[in-house]
Amino acid sequence: MDIQIRNSIRFLLNDKAVELTNVAATQTLLDFLRLDRRLRGTKEGCAEGDCGACTVLVGRLNHGQLTYESVNACIRFVGSLDACHVVTVEALAAADGSLHPVQQAMVDTHASQCGFCTPGFVMSLYGLWMHNPSPAVRDIEKALQGNLCRCTGYAAIIRAAESVSACNAGNDPLVAERARVIEQLQALKDGRRVDIGEGKQRHVLPANVDDFADFMEANPSATIVAGSTDVGLWVTKFMREIGPVVFTSHLDGLRQITADNDGLTLGAGVSYTDAYPVISEHFPQLSELWNRIGGEQVRNMGTIGGNVANGSPIGDTPPALIALGAHVLLRKGQNRRSVPMEQYFIAYGKQDRMAGEFVEAIHIPRLKQGEQFAVYKISKRLDEDISSVCGAFKVVLDTAGKVQAAAIAFGGMAGTPKRAATVEETLIGSSWNDETIERAMSVFAKDFTPLTDWRASADYRLLTAKNLLRRFYLDSTGEGNVRLNRYEAAVG
Amino acid sequence: MNSIQPIARIRGGVHEQQPHESGHKHVSGSAEYIDDMPEPADTLHAYLGLSQRAHAEIVSIDFEGVRACAGVIGILTVDDIPGHNDVSPAGKHDDPVFAVGKVEFHGQPMFAVVAETRQIARQAASKVKVEYRDLDHAIDVLEAEKAGYPLVIDPLKLERGDIAGGLANAANRLSGEMRIGGQDHFYLEGHIAFAMPGEDDEVTVYSSTQHPSETQHMVGHVLGVPSNAVTVNVRRMGGGFGGKETQANLFAAVAAVAAKKYKRAVKIRPDRDDDMVATGKRHDFHVAYELGFDNAGRIEAVDATFSARCGFSADLSGPVTDRALFHADNCYFYPNVRLRSRPLKTNTVSNTAFRGFGGPQGMVGGERMIEDIAYALGKDPLDIRKANFYGDTDRNVTPYHQTVEDNIIPQIVAELEASSDYAARREAILAFNRENRILKRGIALTPVKFGISFTKTEYNQAGALVHVYTDGSIHLNHGGTEMGQGLYTKVAQVVADEFQVDLDRIKVTATTTAKVPNTSATAASSGSDLNGMAAANAAQQIKARLADFAAEHYAVPKSEVFFEPNTVRIGNRLVPFAEFIRTAYGARVQLSAAGFYKTPKIHWNRAEGRGRPFYYFAYGASVSEVSIDTLTGEYQVDRTDILHDVGKSLNPALDLGQVEGAFVQGMGWLTTEELWWDAKGRLRTHAPSTYKIPLASDRPRQFNVKLASWSVNREETIRRSKAVGEPPFMLAISVLEAISMAVASVAEYRIAPRLDAPATPERVLMAVERLRAARNGK
Repeated sequence: MDIQIRNSIRFLLNDKAVELTNVAATQTLLDFLRLDRRLRGTKEGCAEGDCGACTVLVGRLNHGQLTYESVNACIRFVGSLDACHVVTVEALAAADGSLHPVQQAMVDTHASQCGFCTPGFVMSLYGLWMHNPSPAVRDIEKALQGNLCRCTGYAAIIRAAESVSACNAGNDPLVAERARVIEQLQALKDGRRVDIGEGKQRHVLPANVDDFADFMEANPSATIVAGSTDVGLWVTKFMREIGPVVFTSHLDGLRQITADNDGLTLGAGVSYTDAYPVISEHFPQLSELWNRIGGEQVRNMGTIGGNVANGSPIGDTPPALIALGAHVLLRKGQNRRSVPMEQYFIAYGKQDRMAGEFVEAIHIPRLKQGEQFAVYKISKRLDEDISSVCGAFKVVLDTAGKVQAAAIAFGGMAGTPKRAATVEETLIGSSWNDETIERAMSVFAKDFTPLTDWRASADYRLLTAKNLLRRFYLDSTGEGNVRLNRYEAAVG
Repeated sequence: MNSIQPIARIRGGVHEQQPHESGHKHVSGSAEYIDDMPEPADTLHAYLGLSQRAHAEIVSIDFEGVRACAGVIGILTVDDIPGHNDVSPAGKHDDPVFAVGKVEFHGQPMFAVVAETRQIARQAASKVKVEYRDLDHAIDVLEAEKAGYPLVIDPLKLERGDIAGGLANAANRLSGEMRIGGQDHFYLEGHIAFAMPGEDDEVTVYSSTQHPSETQHMVGHVLGVPSNAVTVNVRRMGGGFGGKETQANLFAAVAAVAAKKYKRAVKIRPDRDDDMVATGKRHDFHVAYELGFDNAGRIEAVDATFSARCGFSADLSGPVTDRALFHADNCYFYPNVRLRSRPLKTNTVSNTAFRGFGGPQGMVGGERMIEDIAYALGKDPLDIRKANFYGDTDRNVTPYHQTVEDNIIPQIVAELEASSDYAARREAILAFNRENRILKRGIALTPVKFGISFTKTEYNQAGALVHVYTDGSIHLNHGGTEMGQGLYTKVAQVVADEFQVDLDRIKVTATTTAKVPNTSATAASSGSDLNGMAAANAAQQIKARLADFAAEHYAVPKSEVFFEPNTVRIGNRLVPFAEFIRTAYGARVQLSAAGFYKTPKIHWNRAEGRGRPFYYFAYGASVSEVSIDTLTGEYQVDRTDILHDVGKSLNPALDLGQVEGAFVQGMGWLTTEELWWDAKGRLRTHAPSTYKIPLASDRPRQFNVKLASWSVNREETIRRSKAVGEPPFMLAISVLEAISMAVASVAEYRIAPRLDAPATPERVLMAVERLRAARNGK
């Protein structure tokens, strides 16, 4: 393969072109903005992608379209910004100092108090407004799941978001400059491999997926960084050396989504946001879970491939993917293999992935006629929280109303995402009724011995897991008022 | 009187909605916080090294790995402290800057690394090797009590009437206990200090502190220099909530010691996790009580003990636990009462001020007693509340012997009960609960009465400095700090109103110990009460001089000089304000004044538990409706209605924001915010990934918040307004009580649900299980 090499990262920062040749593999965008460029409107609140004070927009070309997404600058590495447009809060006001409509709305509704979180809220609302100029309250709340405010109680911020919908794009800089930015970004996408630094400081942006496969085979100890919503914390919280680093978020070849008769195939680099439309179309039962993964910034950066590859026992997607019978498509060099998702997770911290091998895609088979499916995430706080228990259920009933097949998987209940084998056995062959559910609930302890930690006690986890089976059953019977719904009052 | 009418109203006077003075800077990212200030060349960065044990002797510390890091300039230990190794705000010398000999909580600062960059300092600090000899530790209040841990400060007892007789003669008696969790402040801007060395013994410190004067004193104390050598500045904080009342001192002191040692500017800013493990929080409480009451639910006697997890040192635990007792009555008359505090030492970070300052915990305890009575008698808790409200002319003496003179809670509650349609909604909820087996709903209306004034009487004073320049622009400085509450805006409105000039003529400058000395913490909701009055006083002094001058210069009686919108009316003459000031300057009138204020009427004798600690009370009430899922314990707040009393509001827009924000912060405290320590005494919920404050999607789905516009402070406060910072925090108790009702529904409302706080989904589900088991056991 004839791959040309470039030794610099190139991107746009507001209205300026940036080219960096001497940049650390773990340089975060936030530190770059604040320390290097002295753009100090973007704040550090937590350095772990949870508070949103550092929210900026990153624009990228996606199949020729320029899309801007809110991201957490604190856990975004500069290396991943090649051929992107970074927009910070400093870029919003006009040259004469007059505020952008989003900013003016925040002032007019008294939506800032201490002001420290405010630039992040402004950027999140700006990102929302660009995609959805007249959002409903639920859209606003979803766009703000990744932004914490400790002062206002949010009411004024929601009022700001609602009032800004009345404003039109006007002379918004990103609207006015769109064509020029697309041209500039296209020019930056030169198809070369970016290769900077040496040894632990080396970081590479492969030219394409084949180049990535070659690189991984030759450098099996390299850390793969896709969305950096997990790896970012290894750096900012654990101060871990992670080099050499290979970035993949720019690889269009890993961002492919294919839907055919077999099912969905999602490239490992597909973000939650990119996957949402197709997931909610083919698996509407996953919509709620999807909307509760991280915050908007994390969904914009984080990938399904990363969520599976890192093997966390509390990852949001694996229980559902296991219950659906998904496969992990692994690749090493030119060799590919497919592993059922449940077999991929071997033990805590150990996955079925060889040195130099990487997750290339996830395949999710379609639900077949008669298959009932649901997934339930339980967390201390509804949104932007890690699940204490996450349960996914798939059953098929035969014509006699007996359970023909069952696939039930849980996260948060063991060292890995795990099937409830005994529960499944208990259900299979029995009538789908209260008595069977009671019986199945009584065998959960044979499948799981959960731990107590700060998210939940072992007792709560076990009890809730059982009760989720009951919820699944009640859902299937059509009994009303069995689920909370913030946006639809319960029927009295 | 003169017949000329005022030409217009000024822009931005008192009682008007005005945007926050920094609003436009917040949204554009140009509001400068300490970490945003341009650093002088050669600025160094300090980072704290923290204890990895909850309780241990320090056998040895090996800094070799720290020193080996390129870019490390030096290490600060106790040997580098020229003055005292102590930042105890209580004057008890129990709060070392750096632990010596032993550590008393996991996360206690032991040393600091100073390096070329923050990154290097932080990384280097983790390379230390410490040998510990572990000692037994006690994390929890009851554990500490059992282990015989001491109290960190003398406890308080409030007593009135015949407790034993009251209990013995009551028709009904019950006893109970409750746990109330603590809370991390989670200000979005963490702690930070930036110190610049000066000549001789001087140092200037920029600190994110609510109490610049105390920070000044502590820096002087640690450096061993007098207060006049230390200047502390703070333009704004990115949130405080009490977390920066005393906790900023250590960071300021470390930065100052390093700045003097290395003769370079030094900045210190912990990572969020270190901020959360190394600085104090709201106190957790255990409350045990015994109650006597009649068949109508009227309380005869209360005997309650409030034990608090204070942490390893006193800090503010004395006044915090005192205030818990001051609010254990909330709005209710206790004919015979004994309330005791137990401020216990524990091997945890020293707990500190947090919005409400112990009051919320006391009030939750009081409301739990009401709830217990209601479930014991099978009544609506609101009826029990009303039956026990303080009276106007009798039944109006608090457990601390202060007479409640300004009680408006019956009006507040009556208005809210009607406007929220409480009765009909409660009926609908009871019906819903009868018909549905998985989802259950609850509703609760809870009142708030909160005492305003520092209970430490000497803190109830304030100063301000006002200059009028010859162009008619006005410079305002006062001792209060801006942490988002809008204090600068409100005080500027007061000064604008005094001079009758537009608000944009006034500039409020950064709070600094060099302009206004010996200030009190911006705390206890007192900011605008104290500083507004002091600023008004300064303006009035200048106005008096100006009036004297005008009368003489224009030869009119002083009674014919009026400050009118942007003009001064002197007899029949109208002079534009700026022109008038220029003329006065020409006549050598002093155009600057230092204002002062001290709160009247208050006094407090702690030893006797008697006095008038509070100048007045602020009131409010809220009604919340929730739904819970009895399979998982998940819940949501469907609706909250609030009616809150801020007297005659100085700025209704900012006050509304305080009420909304305080409610949601209080809701977080009582629901999802959980401090969780492991067996080794390590706090494991120490970042937003594990510690869950409310999000936009947690606020009540319907959120109707109103100020009681008819309320006027009966005392002569600044423009008859009332303090607003803390009181609305406790409106969130309605959420806890509404969840309790939903839980109680599974046992037909006849068993007190006794839901501990925070009511996480786990606690809710476990309470549901407990009540179901109790019901089925009958």
